[in-house]
Amino acid sequence: MSREMQPDPSNSAGLTNRFAVVVVSDEEEAAVSQRFRPDAPTTRGAHARGPRALSMRFLLYAVLFVFAIWYLTPIYILLVTSLKGSSEVTLDKMWALPTSFNLDSFDAAWKALAPNFLNSLLLAIPAAIISSILGSLNGYVLAKWKFRGADTLFLLILFGMFIPYQAILIPLTRIMTEIGLYGSIPGLILVHVIYGIPITTLIFRNFYSGIPTELLEAAKVDGAGFFRIYRSILVPLSVSGFVVVLIWQFNSVWNDFLFAVTLTTPNNWPVTVALNNLSGSFIATWNVQMAGALIAATPTLVIFIVLGRYFVRGLLAGSLKG
Amino acid sequence: MKINRDRVISLLVIAPSLLAVAVFVYGLIVWTGFISTVKWDTLRPDYTPVGLANYQAIFASNRFLMDIRNTVVFTLFFVIASLLIGLLLANLIDRGIRKEGVFRSIFLFPMAVSFIVTGVVWKWVLSPGQAGSPQGVNQLFGLDPASNRWITDAHVVYLAPDSPVYKLLHDIGLGAITSPNIGVPIALLSIVLAAVWQMSGFVMILYLAGLRAIPEELKEAARIDGCSEWRIFRHIVFPLLIPFTLSAIIILGHISLKIYDLTVAMSKEGPGFATDTPANFMWQTSFRDGLFGRGAAVAIIMLVLIAAVIVPYLIWNRRKEVEA
Repeated sequence: MSREMQPDPSNSAGLTNRFAVVVVSDEEEAAVSQRFRPDAPTTRGAHARGPRALSMRFLLYAVLFVFAIWYLTPIYILLVTSLKGSSEVTLDKMWALPTSFNLDSFDAAWKALAPNFLNSLLLAIPAAIISSILGSLNGYVLAKWKFRGADTLFLLILFGMFIPYQAILIPLTRIMTEIGLYGSIPGLILVHVIYGIPITTLIFRNFYSGIPTELLEAAKVDGAGFFRIYRSILVPLSVSGFVVVLIWQFNSVWNDFLFAVTLTTPNNWPVTVALNNLSGSFIATWNVQMAGALIAATPTLVIFIVLGRYFVRGLLAGSLKG
Repeated sequence: MKINRDRVISLLVIAPSLLAVAVFVYGLIVWTGFISTVKWDTLRPDYTPVGLANYQAIFASNRFLMDIRNTVVFTLFFVIASLLIGLLLANLIDRGIRKEGVFRSIFLFPMAVSFIVTGVVWKWVLSPGQAGSPQGVNQLFGLDPASNRWITDAHVVYLAPDSPVYKLLHDIGLGAITSPNIGVPIALLSIVLAAVWQMSGFVMILYLAGLRAIPEELKEAARIDGCSEWRIFRHIVFPLLIPFTLSAIIILGHISLKIYDLTVAMSKEGPGFATDTPANFMWQTSFRDGLFGRGAAVAIIMLVLIAAVIVPYLIWNRRKEVEA
């Protein structure tokens, strides 16, 4: 067999590093997440002693606490406001704790947002699943079945993740109208899958570059073909890669506003658009708006709390928001 | 012949994605570029060529000048503040603190929520307060609502003509940026506050990854040689963090050039377009006013600005790799 026909291993490791700046390489990432466990033993600075070191330590925690308060302030407001009844949301007491535990605002917010919350689920779950599968197949080809010009093509694909979507939005709206998908959830899924190709391909490509090519060669000698290798070697080895990409795509689709507000009709609005609308209207009182914000943020926050490690890996793997 | 068949399969597998990117990224960019040169100013497409008239109309509009000013101001404040806070937090967290995971999660969780949620909550926190409206941060700090208007503040701060900075800028030939169009809108800083709240945790994580990639032995050796912690940071840690800083600048910078959801949720255009952005201008021009030709022109300008940042970065990465 000619050299060109083989999946080319020589380049793959290099390419992981090429984007080591956009993307933190696997080893670095592993080094970080090792110590990302909250209970992991820490060594740095622990040996410092003496009064000077002690006061430095105090200052260290003081600064950390001040920042923690800043980050948590909106959450505090979110919680105390949403737990207040409408009679209690007097505007001059927004920082005060609620006098009684009241879930009326959640009732009202849920009534207003439930259909959109469901839309968001129907949108984000399929989009994340389809994107992951597509991204992993692309990553597999670009990491292990390199063809001439593959690296350049990959760069051209990557550019797609940085563009302002405004630059494609007008013709995109025309196309969606032409093919009868304008305004619908399947249409929006299609859009998210297409514009998710760069990031999902990037993450999987770097992931698969780390898998030794000898493994694939051995399978080939045993007569395994393209899909057989993918199913029995790549997929089992990339379960965590799938979790990272699923979370990443679910988050971006769930939190998207621009595509949703441009390409869906009110019936099919996901929760971000509905929340923005609710917040812009003067009908909903502040406690209802805050409850709505909490409802809209819950799925991605739960994922962050439960699967934070994978969320961080996604962030490091070329994270872009907006 | 097995390998050959698999080669064909591999190309067939990636072909749809390549086609999709070719059409939906590059094709549609070209299409938008074309639209930016036609009349199309109602809901119905009108492909009468108008040359660069749409671009001229945009650059002649006061609103777009405000948008450019806002983008510059927002980018500067947002990127610098996020970098400093991210760097500080990463260094603090890297000192073997207790409950590291808890702190890290607190600093990072805003990344998990949407700009819309962030905007809705911060709009409420930063409400200046007056009869019948929420008393936000002013009440908390006992500030006078009459002079602290936050997201509704219409003031723009300009450099005083007799200030040393103003004179210096004129002396070094940058007098143009002191023109009355270029000032710092106070309302925009409130948006920056919310944006930094959301994104600084990400910078922290990036720097933390950088810090932890530095071998402890390197620092230990310097310590044994009697280097102070500051010198170690300055001469060992900081240079090794430069690639991470560059990444952060590119990512944050390109977000601020595209920022849309956050300003829409918090303040829309703001008083006197104090919080308007090119993205908001583009959307309203196209999808609210039906001036698609002009909207496309704004979009193309945005694309050019972002490409000017991103393309050299991608090429730089590639070249660095080829050299290595």
